[in-house]
Amino acid sequence: MKFVDEYRDGELAERLTRRIARLQTRPWTIMEVCGGQTHAIVRFGLDRLLPDGIELVHGPGCPVCVTPIEVIDRALEIAARPDVVLCTFGDMARVPGTHSDLLTCKAEGADVRIVYSPLDAVGIAQAHPEREVVFLAVGFETTAPPTAHAVLQARRLSLSNFSLLVSHVLVPAAMEVILAAPDNRVQGFLAAGHVCAITGYEDYDAVARAHRVPIVVTGFEPVDVLEGVAMCVEQLESGRCEVDNQYRRIVRREGNRAAQAAVEEVFMVTERRWRGIGDLPESGLAVRPAFAQFDAEARFGPVVCSPEAETPCIAGEILRGRARPDACPAFGAECTPESPLGAPMVSSEGACAAYLRYRGSAA
Amino acid sequence: MCLAVPGRIETITGTDPLERRGRVEFGGVRREVQLAFVPEAEAGDWVLVHVGFAIARIDEDEAERVLSALSAVEAAS
Repeated sequence: MKFVDEYRDGELAERLTRRIARLQTRPWTIMEVCGGQTHAIVRFGLDRLLPDGIELVHGPGCPVCVTPIEVIDRALEIAARPDVVLCTFGDMARVPGTHSDLLTCKAEGADVRIVYSPLDAVGIAQAHPEREVVFLAVGFETTAPPTAHAVLQARRLSLSNFSLLVSHVLVPAAMEVILAAPDNRVQGFLAAGHVCAITGYEDYDAVARAHRVPIVVTGFEPVDVLEGVAMCVEQLESGRCEVDNQYRRIVRREGNRAAQAAVEEVFMVTERRWRGIGDLPESGLAVRPAFAQFDAEARFGPVVCSPEAETPCIAGEILRGRARPDACPAFGAECTPESPLGAPMVSSEGACAAYLRYRGSAA
Repeated sequence: MCLAVPGRIETITGTDPLERRGRVEFGGVRREVQLAFVPEAEAGDWVLVHVGFAIARIDEDEAERVLSALSAVEAAS
């Protein structure tokens, strides 16, 4: 397929790894922010192609993984109501809440439907005016515009039975937390290409300057990731800390203005709980009061987050790049994709699931 | 979660920004895609599609430039 195959070219990948080896004079630790990139790195073994001194650590960029347990519990409560159709992306359906998950809830008779697009949920609401249709809106900046569009569409159709349970989160807040940690090891970032397709990368200038880290907006195919690493190492070796764009075929500096406008109209920036990480200011989106009729929290009551319970799962450490999945005692034993203790084992983009799938059991 | 797939726009329907849609081909498979966020895209253009929405028009010239630069520089060095 065009725009995929040429970025999986083995020879080009090899040339890029040779370039990285030539550039590198000392060890560097680089974090790839997005779970999609983590998946590509583990699947294609890109980390094993890199010279020894270049360590890739996996970042928090898995929205499914950071969705707080209280949101999942609330989705389960709402789904259990007989008048409700609860719509979700497939990835969320198996993430464990306190006592259950959406797929189990569905098996027990709840009307839980896995949708491909938020607009599918609007279509269900239109077709079933007698039912309350609730869309569990998770995702980063990439997914927020489609969700916002669904609300605008629902308003145009004058639907009174469609609402969002919102858990959208924003990437720069998580990068700040990682960089601000006293034991931070991350010296450079590969920023998430599809997030930046929406937001652009003007906001990253301040992060790069304040923390003196290079940030390279990077794509998802092997050649993209390796070129992103090369660009990052180039900056590190020359002592620069700028924002650079590897993913130029997709990402413009200013981002996607039409998508930004939809998000701005429907959502406002708010504090959000990140599962395993904590409450981060200005790290997520909430429905604006003007659109309260489409807000499931206004309709069914607010989600209140309590302190996180003790768990053997070290997802928080993994999401912050402080531990690798195979360092977890539960990895592949107590915790598997079929019976996950934490969300990174569930989502196809979770680091734990990627390690288990491509690197077998405890490596 | 942020998975997005490249596809080529075959036809476009609707002029209203909220309703702008197109038929997009992904390696032989065709789907209806929302084009509200790529007002500049035309039939024949490549777009990147995420959860049923085109989120970016793919800049084919830029892609070509980058790939040939990568091949040329690395081959010479």
